[in-house]
Amino acid sequence: MGKEAHITVQDLTMAYGSFVIQRDLNFSIHRGDVFVIMGGSGCGKSTLLRHLVGLKPPSQGRVFYGEISFWEADPSEQDRIMRRIGILYQSGALWSSMTLAENVALPLKQYTSLTPPQIQEVVSLKLSLVGLSGFEEFYPSEISGGMRKRAGLARAMAMDPEILFFDEPSAGLDPISARRLDDLILDLRDSLGATIVVVTHELASIFAIANDSVFLDATTKTMIARGDPKQLLAESKDPQVLDFLTRGEAGAQAEKSEMDRQGGEGL
Amino acid sequence: MSPSIQRQLGQGEVTFIRPNGDTLHLRLAGAWKLGNALPSASEVEKQIASGPPVRRITFDTQGLREWDTGLLTFLVKVLDQCAQGNIPTDLEGLPPGVQRLLRLARAVPERKEASRKAVREPFLARIGASALRWGQSATEVVEFVGEMALAIFRLFRGKARFQRSDLFLIMQDCGAQALPIVSLISLLVGLILAFIGAVQLQTFGAQIYVADLVGIAMVRVMGAVMTGIIVAGRTGAAFAAELGTMQVNEEIDALKTLGIPAMEFLVLPRMLALVLMMPLLCLYADLMGVLGGMIVGVGMLDLSPVAYFHQTCQAVSLTFVWIGLFHGAVFGVLVALSGCLRGIQCGRSASAVGAAATSAVVTGIISIVVATAIITVICNVIGI
Repeated sequence: MGKEAHITVQDLTMAYGSFVIQRDLNFSIHRGDVFVIMGGSGCGKSTLLRHLVGLKPPSQGRVFYGEISFWEADPSEQDRIMRRIGILYQSGALWSSMTLAENVALPLKQYTSLTPPQIQEVVSLKLSLVGLSGFEEFYPSEISGGMRKRAGLARAMAMDPEILFFDEPSAGLDPISARRLDDLILDLRDSLGATIVVVTHELASIFAIANDSVFLDATTKTMIARGDPKQLLAESKDPQVLDFLTRGEAGAQAEKSEMDRQGGEGL
Repeated sequence: MSPSIQRQLGQGEVTFIRPNGDTLHLRLAGAWKLGNALPSASEVEKQIASGPPVRRITFDTQGLREWDTGLLTFLVKVLDQCAQGNIPTDLEGLPPGVQRLLRLARAVPERKEASRKAVREPFLARIGASALRWGQSATEVVEFVGEMALAIFRLFRGKARFQRSDLFLIMQDCGAQALPIVSLISLLVGLILAFIGAVQLQTFGAQIYVADLVGIAMVRVMGAVMTGIIVAGRTGAAFAAELGTMQVNEEIDALKTLGIPAMEFLVLPRMLALVLMMPLLCLYADLMGVLGGMIVGVGMLDLSPVAYFHQTCQAVSLTFVWIGLFHGAVFGVLVALSGCLRGIQCGRSASAVGAAATSAVVTGIISIVVATAIITVICNVIGI
């Protein structure tokens, strides 16, 4: 692969105290990719995301942004890196005491020297990109869950980030909204050239958007597959990965043919 | 095809070209990034207004080095102007990414009915609205107290549903764990009372009556009031914040849909815990207050500890102790009620939880002071 690595994870071990969640993770996320972190519930997908975005220091190993090792960099460097990333949290995580416009405007006010009218324009644009024009003066408690999620995305995009992280973007959305969000993710990647990292176990989404992925396994506590999910589905030999990517069909069929075979032997 | 006006402001540039009579061609060049000096959309408006009428607007971006939201906000405004003036635009010349984002931005039309303006209501309407709100909140308080009474009734019939373990946890939290702060405050209040009394009584040579002053004041009312205020700030706020957060997380809804009344499951154990713990805390506060007085008496007024103790025993009758404990139990009910009421009434946001906690403490302290006044008057009337 000739593509430049945007984020590199090296020998990462994640643990809460002495309880290890995942160990020996090694992978890199390339610039302009839509990278999916997948795996069953409780395998540490969201925890991995927290390590990547600088919320939780790894218990071992390193996370590189370009050439810089994030957790060894000095705080001002870390700040600079974190300013270039945008994160959409699972339920939006909008600040409830601020209107949608204020939510999106906050990072702009803090980190740019734009004038209030300019900020206003950017805010309207970002909200219109997620289909929420006209909702500037609403508070998060006055809109629906799906709208909150989209508003969260508008906030994540406010600073034109180079990397966008999504934690379970389609959870709690109806299929059409989920599909629209997937399209939006691809549009953002194509138009802004952003790198996108998505934590999800939504199969439809995975196949629609991802061109690279890592599969975390809860029992062996490490990654057991890596690569384009469509390719994994076609080529992987690992029963767990296949099971996951076919909603358990592969496992059920294997079991069935096994039973047929045993039944045949019995006769 | 000659450049008519060239604008070069910082790093983003736009050149206006009139290739033929009714077409305006915008040539975008440079770095159109947010924060750079960028041309404003009003330049385009001026161009349209000057010269022959424009029937079409086209773009090219051969000189465009980089772009971000800065270019998009400019284009959105230009397109809005064109839409208002019914001038067709041809986006073909823009980078595909820009075209896609512009389409996306205009895919969902602005919800006009959604946008709101702050309407200033007339003075009388505001008075009316606040009176209605006041009436409603008074009704809510009465309803809450009524439901509480029903829950207590069920408790006595042994039908109330709550977990005993919850009760003990809350009792530990609002009772035993409040001891350090109650000790500190009561000791200091005893000290302060003794100091103030000592200065006056010393002039008459009646130092020994400091024991009476501190003993009666602490046991009858001050011990209970100070404990009540501590508990309102400590436990009342905690109740409101906890129930408020449960409201935000839909935990109270989950109880309701299971058919478990929040009043019995959440409010009743908190109320019971405070009613049981407050008198004990009061008694403890009384002791600490008397101890504080004794420190001043012995240290500053040269009284012997035994004399101080005897004087206190003579001054403080058992009736006073009962009155103090009664205060305590009443305050327990009031603090629990105000904390739980504000928690249950809480809205569904983080700031609402903050408001609920604040309101619980304010309500708690006000009701403590009002109740103290009422009880004092009643005691006076019946002569105890």
